[in-house]
Amino acid sequence: MSAQTFQQMVFQLKTYWSDRGCVIQEPYDLEVGAGTMAPETFLRVLGPKPYRVAYVQPSRRPADGRYGENPNRLYKHQQLQVILKPSPADVIDQYLGSLGAIGIDLRQHDIKLEEDNWEAPTLGAWGVGWQVMLDGLEITQFTYFQQCGGIDLELVPAEITYGLERLAAFLQVKDSIYDIEWAPGVSYRDVRLAEEQQFSKYNFELADVEMLWLLFNAHEKECQALLKRKDAILPAYEQALKCSNLFNLLDSRGAISVTERVGVIARVRKLAVGAAQLWNEREAA
Amino acid sequence: MSLDFLLEIGSEEIPDWMIVSALNNLQDMFQTLLDQQGIGGLVTSVDATPRRLVLRASGLKQRQEDSEELLLGPPKSAGPGAAVGFAKKMGVKPEALGTQTTAKGEYLSFRKLTAGRDTKTILAGSLRELILKIHFPKTMYWNGKGSERFIRPIRWIVALLGDAIVPFEIAGVHSSNHTAGHRILGSKSIVVTIENFEEHLLKNYVILSANARRDKITRELEGLQIHPDAGLLETLVYLTEYPTALRGDFDQQFLSLPQEILITVMRHHQKYFSTRGADGSLMPGFVAVMNTDGDPNGLVKQGNERVLRARFNDARFFYDVDQKKPLAERLDDLAKVTFQAKVGSYLEKTHRIVALTGNSQAAARAALLCKTDLTTDMVKEFTDLQGIIGGLYAKAQGEPEAVWRAIYDHYKPLSMEGEIPATDEGKLLSVADKWDTLVSCFNVGLIPSGSKDPFALRRAAQGVVRILVEGKLAFPLKTENEQLREFMRDRTEYYFREVRGFKYDEVRACMAVGWDDLQDLESRLQRVQAVRSTPDFEPLAASFKRIKNILTQANVTAGGALDDALLEEGPERELHQENQRHQGSAIEDRIASLRPKVDLFFDKVLVNAKDEAVRRNRLKLLHNLLTEFSTIADFSEIVTEKQN
Repeated sequence: MSAQTFQQMVFQLKTYWSDRGCVIQEPYDLEVGAGTMAPETFLRVLGPKPYRVAYVQPSRRPADGRYGENPNRLYKHQQLQVILKPSPADVIDQYLGSLGAIGIDLRQHDIKLEEDNWEAPTLGAWGVGWQVMLDGLEITQFTYFQQCGGIDLELVPAEITYGLERLAAFLQVKDSIYDIEWAPGVSYRDVRLAEEQQFSKYNFELADVEMLWLLFNAHEKECQALLKRKDAILPAYEQALKCSNLFNLLDSRGAISVTERVGVIARVRKLAVGAAQLWNEREAA
Repeated sequence: MSLDFLLEIGSEEIPDWMIVSALNNLQDMFQTLLDQQGIGGLVTSVDATPRRLVLRASGLKQRQEDSEELLLGPPKSAGPGAAVGFAKKMGVKPEALGTQTTAKGEYLSFRKLTAGRDTKTILAGSLRELILKIHFPKTMYWNGKGSERFIRPIRWIVALLGDAIVPFEIAGVHSSNHTAGHRILGSKSIVVTIENFEEHLLKNYVILSANARRDKITRELEGLQIHPDAGLLETLVYLTEYPTALRGDFDQQFLSLPQEILITVMRHHQKYFSTRGADGSLMPGFVAVMNTDGDPNGLVKQGNERVLRARFNDARFFYDVDQKKPLAERLDDLAKVTFQAKVGSYLEKTHRIVALTGNSQAAARAALLCKTDLTTDMVKEFTDLQGIIGGLYAKAQGEPEAVWRAIYDHYKPLSMEGEIPATDEGKLLSVADKWDTLVSCFNVGLIPSGSKDPFALRRAAQGVVRILVEGKLAFPLKTENEQLREFMRDRTEYYFREVRGFKYDEVRACMAVGWDDLQDLESRLQRVQAVRSTPDFEPLAASFKRIKNILTQANVTAGGALDDALLEEGPERELHQENQRHQGSAIEDRIASLRPKVDLFFDKVLVNAKDEAVRRNRLKLLHNLLTEFSTIADFSEIVTEKQN
């Protein structure tokens, strides 16, 4: 197994999927909880047009932060998100090939596909699939999307989401994510530790709850206004993403009570589903 | 000549737990198809791995028998016009028609010959629909909206009748004689015949038979000191095509973490067997089952050990962080944990449970703390361990044994067979928690219906019944909610009938006179069960049914003191004396002497006496008798043999 750097591994995966017809996108430049939420996935899977895309998406989960003290937990981790719409018949072989491309000789390892269905109620989205287990380590989430924004999909896309830190730690045989070599002579710790520490503090302790609510309400209002038109779907969806991230922040600050929680989730869902429906109509037209 | 048949549905990985029932379903449907089509044959085996469902049958006929059917037309007397019409309908000339004499006269008839269809044609026309009908709990489509649904995408199909391919198509996949081997170790396309199918699969690292895979794993586990786990074994049998056991180790230092956590990580998260020493204590090792033929360079072992180390390190980290905030300080945090959206938070639930624990100080303390572990990192990570973690933390934080054990046990019983809490406080807390769940859910209309029971209320109710009976706990199930009361009645009936094996009518009879005290109900049921086998019981029960009917018809709802003077000498007086003589003694002791008196009474005495006073007195006698005997059960509910 080659002890390549984190960035080499990412390059190789991007090249692999580029060779298989994917648009190589850059990360979406807003705070999202998962690569699925970027419009390149959430909106592009709708409608009848085939599409293939791959991108790294830094994914923020404020409540998962551990002040940089836990070797396996991060507030922000990196996903490589691949969407193949529609999914080709040999999609699993293609996926396994990508592991070969980063130097994993599958004849030397144990790989299993274990049932793991995916559901995101705030996005009105679900699919069925597996977690891919490599020598007992979950390295990838593989999902056949069935619904998005509450809409049955015309073409069923395969979504392949690699957990890049885990994969790199596996390849480099590291017990702590922070020990991963990101670039020659530069560790993951060097690149990201300060961010984990400071954002854990911010997310759990410092974020001004009143301001977060103010922003949430403002972005919601903006989104609602944009959803009344048909020519600003992407900006509307961005506002929904802002609300989703603010909800996560409020949650990690412990600022959402039991009675509020269901209601707030429903508000975010309504925005996301609204954007999905407009986009779907536009694609079908 | 009879033919063999082979069907292999090649799929992407099917969830292990759905495979067996899908196979059974496939077998039933296919056998039904053979029988209905009259093409003979028996399903000889069904097998599966995660990537294939396989059915084999033998003794199929080449084709259906030709069949002949006599069709009657209009009466011959209807004239030539009718004959032409009938012939046209049959698609023949009128000359081809015959006549048939029936009881109603002479009719035109036609002997219709139908050539038997080819078995291959029949199968080709039926298999697609049959395969798509296999029942799975959750299906998907993959070939575009509105296309076929199956558990996972179908990628190949082998369908052979003798040497011939049975042609059909599902979602663009055409049946053929090409199978596929193990994903990594096998060939992607292998030409097979019915005869060499299994052998070719084995050469390509697919052990088709679940039994053979189970045997291989079991053989390799021998001597590895694993903790036997039949459920895990089945999961692994259906998660692999070529299973191979692999022994790994972990650092001794992790044994200082609670065993429950170590075992959960190994069993539920990693699907490993844990290992035990001769004395039953946990050893620092595990056994994984790979889906490949070996680990020549030790990479798989190294990988699995690293994953486990990370998981254990996580657990240690959670443990240490959690200890910084004792359970007692976490109570207010429960205000932010939803119990149920319509019902409210766990803090509110906690206060209700505390109120239900009555005067037991230890149980009340346990109730106050029992849900606080929901706010710990450990439970957020290992949700299955809720309660257990709380108990362990409470112990570590110096709570008395009565308190921490109650918390530890309070989700028990986890299943119908699962053990109930060990201590009195544990039983009380468990029942209080479950009863509160039932009451609060029913009160906001969250009531199980059919197969829908999202809050597992049946299990909660079953747990309550089991603890009250088997744990001999006194806990009043007071509710004004009629639906809940009905629900508890159902669950109580179910428990005594299905779990304890009492007869349906015995349960009905005993519950008819009350079920507020479940221990009392249990002892009455045991008495009725014991007395039932005595020869006089069922005839007496039949008489009670008769008495009840008489009283109902006569609209008698009360007994009372009899007028001795109105009693007729003979059977009536004797019955009265018999009843009085034994008043207060157990019914078991009275049945034998009472039965002949009752029989004689009904034989000789007319209940509906002409004299109204006599009649009333007589009905009172019967009422008294019935009341006297209905303290442990309403015997009129007993189904006697004659009624059967």
